[in-house]
Amino acid sequence: MTKKNDNTRWMSGNEAIALGAYEAGVKVASGYPGTPSTEIMENLCRYDGVYTEWAPNEKVGLEVAIGASFTGVRALATMKHVGLNVAADPLFTASYTGVKGGLVLVCADDPEMHSSQNEQDNRNYALAAKMPMLEPSDPMEAKEMLKTAFDLSEELDTPVILRITTRIAHVKGVVEKGKRIEAADGEINKNPSKLVMLPGMARKRRVYVEERMNRCKELAETSDINKIEEGDTRRGFITSGVSYLYVKEAFPGAAVLKLGMCWPLPGEKIRKFAAMVDELYVVEELDPFLETQISAMGIDCRGKEYVPNQGELNTSIVRSSIDPGSKPELFEEAALPMRPPNMCAGCPHRGIFFNLSRMKVFVSGDIGCYTLGFLPPLSAMDSCVCMGASVSIAHGIAKAVGEDAHDKVVSVIGDSTFIHSGITGLINSVYNESASTLIILDNRITAMTGQQQNPASGYNMKGEAASQLDLEALCRAVGVKHVYKVNPHEVPETRKVLKEAVNQEEMSVVISEAPCVLLPEMKERKPVSYFTNQENCVGCMSCIRLGCPAISWTAFAEGEAEKRGYRKKQKGISKIDEILCNDCGQCASLCKFNAITRKEDK
Amino acid sequence: MEGAGNILFSGVGGQGILLASEITAYSLLAAGYDAKKSEVHGMAQRGGSVTAQLRYGKKVYSPLIEPGQADIQVAFEMMEAVRYLPYLHKGSKVIVNTQKILPPAVATGQAEYPADVLDNLIEREVVVVPVNAFDLAREVGEVRTANVVMVGAMSPFLPVNVDVYEDIIRARVPEKFRDANLRAFEAGRKVSE
Repeated sequence: MTKKNDNTRWMSGNEAIALGAYEAGVKVASGYPGTPSTEIMENLCRYDGVYTEWAPNEKVGLEVAIGASFTGVRALATMKHVGLNVAADPLFTASYTGVKGGLVLVCADDPEMHSSQNEQDNRNYALAAKMPMLEPSDPMEAKEMLKTAFDLSEELDTPVILRITTRIAHVKGVVEKGKRIEAADGEINKNPSKLVMLPGMARKRRVYVEERMNRCKELAETSDINKIEEGDTRRGFITSGVSYLYVKEAFPGAAVLKLGMCWPLPGEKIRKFAAMVDELYVVEELDPFLETQISAMGIDCRGKEYVPNQGELNTSIVRSSIDPGSKPELFEEAALPMRPPNMCAGCPHRGIFFNLSRMKVFVSGDIGCYTLGFLPPLSAMDSCVCMGASVSIAHGIAKAVGEDAHDKVVSVIGDSTFIHSGITGLINSVYNESASTLIILDNRITAMTGQQQNPASGYNMKGEAASQLDLEALCRAVGVKHVYKVNPHEVPETRKVLKEAVNQEEMSVVISEAPCVLLPEMKERKPVSYFTNQENCVGCMSCIRLGCPAISWTAFAEGEAEKRGYRKKQKGISKIDEILCNDCGQCASLCKFNAITRKEDK
Repeated sequence: MEGAGNILFSGVGGQGILLASEITAYSLLAAGYDAKKSEVHGMAQRGGSVTAQLRYGKKVYSPLIEPGQADIQVAFEMMEAVRYLPYLHKGSKVIVNTQKILPPAVATGQAEYPADVLDNLIEREVVVVPVNAFDLAREVGEVRTANVVMVGAMSPFLPVNVDVYEDIIRARVPEKFRDANLRAFEAGRKVSE
């Protein structure tokens, strides 16, 4: 057995980035949860000497980091790729102000959309915002590059973006631990000509931005972050990020130019490499970002002509797209029933979507676990675009359709998403006299990303008691006159309230209050399970239509119904799996035949 | 230290796949291999079909197993043993927990759970090792150790000594569950030995 160096750890990319932030001396870090970036902050908050927080959205998170950087400390902001759209406003001007302490933004792209609504390529932001972007290939490199990013940020007076993807964030590998450097403390610095971006000052900083990027290009030429790996020169590959790993396996021994800095690009190094090789290929996931730039330098190269511009790559795709003959013969997929994700047994969202599926309304959805309300058998979501869009899209629909629309448009949003960017939409709906209904699914936590605290949960990132946003008071304060609260587990009661709210000819809000069943306190409680009195079941399928993972249907064989003493025409019976049941009682509230009972009432 | 390989873990969100893949990864590292593992979090975890991919060797670049290159699959549910067929090759070993978890379409009566689903593997000359992990876990006194039963059943197929796995379980599992997990590992290992 080989003795491992005591400093090595088995870590995910996100854990490694948290360690890198600690080692780089980061003092302030802010982020909003978003797959695949979430675990960076969750791990960083466990280190001493780093202030960490969940911000209500990515824009706020980045602005917090910018403020911290202005005092001279090293500061970090984390987000998923679409979060950078929200944070783009401060990003583009922080490019002009520059930094005092190092400022790094980690953004996690999600090619293949494992857990996202689009697969935008955020390398384009580095070009557009005129700032350096580094791109690691694995967890160890992610940690080291984060430290390089902080050095670069301070050396060039610029924010730096570290771009990772799902296959770095959620890949585990061997990482070597280092030591924390003692970075500067924060102090108030006044430097208005650098920090107040009025046009006159901004024009001067605009000139600096170009100077800085030219200096950065020179660094890109000399730094070994962009490295030529010599090898077989018949085919040469320019690549970056996780694609580098696929190239190394698909074409072992080939000459490679690995770009650890994907913006700005080292023009001379690229020319030198291109001259070394007979054929030049650019292998990158998503957009032809490098290829477009390299082609624009007048260099003959091939890329997206062969390599897909959609979805993730892997070794096999890289090899067979360039060498079509290498495609292996594979076993065909077997035809199996799909197993899509589903809301948990006992999930409070189910009761709301069950009711919505029975109302003739357009359901404008949002981003969270509840987006699963789209799936059958609930099938109760008609649109979902981005964080916070539910309420504003509903308003747009209501305005377009006119007065008839007031009882036909409902929006649904989670507590965390509402705070992220739904509040402004609600203010607009009230101000501009919408007559739609907003349902806030308040389950006291940011659930989809794995249980993060938020301003309505009453706790901060470290689990300490914190100020708790009163959603009802907030809705009333922005001018909503009709605010209701429901317990979504009482399905028929909730239906009555929803009907009343939808019938209002002014904006109405229904706050659905019930905690996520995955909350630690919900898991610790010993749920009493419901069970089926099968002798009473008439096979009406009311409970089955909830789509609860704890309830299943057993179809009768021919003649079986009569033999077992049921009505001749009964098609089957339902059964609750008492181990899976989470004690929500939604099925019991729907059953009219006394066929579902809570165990303690037996 | 010889060889390299690819292990695919598959199952349903919430079955303890991540812990099983972690114990395996730590055991391979302790035996001197390099390793990389890929997981998917977020949307995919809510009761859906989930996988973890583990690769080991002298030096591992890509964290993803190529289709047709999984040497071992540890499947925590019968249908999930078959869903990733394109990843397998003739002679791949599939350690499968013989438990059935009904997907939504089956639970709501819209589809049927395929009968003899493992025949899809056997017909293609994939080696199937069925394990009744749930019962074995119950026998060792802790139903939640079914995932470690599966690690035990996979363990003889990797170039790692049995004491290495046991050391890793001792080091990685909270004391309260340590003995039950060691018994679960042993019970699983007996199935394959």
